[in-house]
Amino acid sequence: MTISSDSLPQAGLSPEGAAASEAAYDAGQAAGLFQILAPDGEVVRPDLMPDTGTQLRLYRQMRRARHFDERGWVLYRQGRLGVFPPFGGMEASQVGTAAALSADDWLFPTYRDTGAALTLGLPIARTLAYWRTSPHGWAMPENLKVLPFYIPIATQYPQAVGAALAEKRKGTRNVAMAYIGDGGSSEGDFHEALNFAGALNAPCVFILQNNGWAISVPTRSQTRATDLSRRAEGYGLPGVRVDGNDVLATWHVTAQAVERARNGEGPTLIETVTYRVKPHTVADDPSRYRTEEEGAPWREKDPVTRLRAHLLRTGVLNEEGEAALLAEVAAEFEEALREADTYPDPAPAEILDHVFAEPTPQLRRQREELLAEVEA
Amino acid sequence: MVAAINDALDVALARDPDVHIFGEDVGVMGGVFRATDGLQAKYGAERVFDTPLAEAGIVGMGIGMGLAGLKPVAEIQFAGFLYPALDQILSHLGRFRHRTRSRYHLPMVIRAPYGGGVHTPEQHADSPEAILAHTPGVKVVIPSTPADARGLLLAAIADPDPVFFFEAIKLYRSVKEEVPTDYVTVPLGQARHVTRGDDVTVVCYGGMVEVATRAAEAARQAGIGVEVIDLRTLVPMDTDTVLESVQKTGRVVVVTEAPRTGGFHSEISATIAEEAIEFLRAPIVRVTGYDAPYPPFTAIEDVYRPSAVRVARAVRKVMAY
Repeated sequence: MTISSDSLPQAGLSPEGAAASEAAYDAGQAAGLFQILAPDGEVVRPDLMPDTGTQLRLYRQMRRARHFDERGWVLYRQGRLGVFPPFGGMEASQVGTAAALSADDWLFPTYRDTGAALTLGLPIARTLAYWRTSPHGWAMPENLKVLPFYIPIATQYPQAVGAALAEKRKGTRNVAMAYIGDGGSSEGDFHEALNFAGALNAPCVFILQNNGWAISVPTRSQTRATDLSRRAEGYGLPGVRVDGNDVLATWHVTAQAVERARNGEGPTLIETVTYRVKPHTVADDPSRYRTEEEGAPWREKDPVTRLRAHLLRTGVLNEEGEAALLAEVAAEFEEALREADTYPDPAPAEILDHVFAEPTPQLRRQREELLAEVEA
Repeated sequence: MVAAINDALDVALARDPDVHIFGEDVGVMGGVFRATDGLQAKYGAERVFDTPLAEAGIVGMGIGMGLAGLKPVAEIQFAGFLYPALDQILSHLGRFRHRTRSRYHLPMVIRAPYGGGVHTPEQHADSPEAILAHTPGVKVVIPSTPADARGLLLAAIADPDPVFFFEAIKLYRSVKEEVPTDYVTVPLGQARHVTRGDDVTVVCYGGMVEVATRAAEAARQAGIGVEVIDLRTLVPMDTDTVLESVQKTGRVVVVTEAPRTGGFHSEISATIAEEAIEFLRAPIVRVTGYDAPYPPFTAIEDVYRPSAVRVARAVRKVMAY
């Protein structure tokens, strides 16, 4: 018996396949999203509302993140940042997840996760220095276990498994959390890490931020799967799909996953469904691959205005209080920017530092060469 | 030699509770070459454990363990199986210290059997050391004797930086010698004179040391004094010992079983050309594998892999120039 090729599933990239896949994708996107706050700020799950202190804390962190994102653009245009991948619109996805960690936990961020790193406590000045591509931004603070932003995709996932496993071996209750995008979930490292974490019962939380695009490639061209959280099933892990623009929801599910990991109950995959409102980086032109209209509905789901509407409606925050908060956030940023501006440029020979604990004879020799070259 | 490696791992596990050994089949089975034999039974399945079958996962996880303060010692079953992990190695293992300004460092050791001469199937005999030597931030160690294997492995595990430790499969069970029983290290970055001679310097490492030594013996009987230098570590390389010998002999043969183009032998040759060309009495001759995948066919494997005869021929060539 032979199987007719007509009866085989079409690859997603053929026109017919793409249309079918697109419909399935849109249906999948809408289905099964865990939510606490609706886009208009109405409470969907009153039983799961955190206390007002937590609501305000998350709001403040989202405002800090958004302020950084907005200023990042301006600073880049002024030539004061070397590069910057914006994350505006994804604040709930980053802040809610990172806010579920303690200072003793590990954070493995991708290059788009400035908001998550700031939330765990990475100082703004250092973060600015990093995006200035200055070595002063490379050394992460001693009191935090946040790794420098990862440029290669998905490589941080197996590393988070290792850090988590090390914490377990040392008998702590610390966990490791790693971020990835929808495109990154196509990488082999993603799958190896989920499998390792399950097999070794590592206290890991995997965040998969599905923001719709891997540079110019939409998720529906990236994969035929329409619910990325279900990939966890293949590795024996729980997978959770959450509205990535609802900070209360992202915080709630991540806190649960962190707690599970701390209790030795193993790893979790969390897919936060969100949207990259802005370009891939400051150097990207998204008009080449997507329309303005596509993003319009997402702007209505803005994570910051969603929580803001709820806070104002319930009186947890008033206009005055918000103005004070925004002023405080702006002042904190400007102060950090002044600090970052004081960091000196690296000396040329610094490019040869920190290769090994002790430089090899070859490196010593190359340093002499470099110094002679610079002075010549 | 494999017993010396097993003993070094035993000593390291006993000495430092942070040392963890992991990889494919290293646990109950004790490794495909038995290098980890008995260690899981002795130190438990938390410290000596099997992983899923995935090299990027093994190296990536090891990086995370190293970040978090353990001393990971990973085994890759064959050096030719390292390729899926190259992203982890090139993107992270080698540059973590640099990209964190030493806030984090990776005291990781990756052991891998390498090289030919024992009629393995495809991809089991590769010599990828030049790829690693070309990667900033990682060290590369290739012992050629049991005592060196033991001492260099202990030094590699004590080293604060990532070290690749390639073990010549051919030497695992073919060379035997008495080794120390206590904690004795052989420092990285120091070459070793295998033979002394005034006429020709042969620079080699790992599985080629035995081959070069046989060629040196044949040359000695023909009245040619050959100085065989076993590099022991490619990164850092002991250029002083090599240059000192070249200044004496003026003739150089470099031997590896890796492919010709872009190999570490070219690095050795270039270093000599840059630093000691005025001492050379003949062009440097490289004896290497060929620019083709290592052949799995028993009958022609010995054509690909440098033999004592080929090395002896090269020695005669530099003498006759």
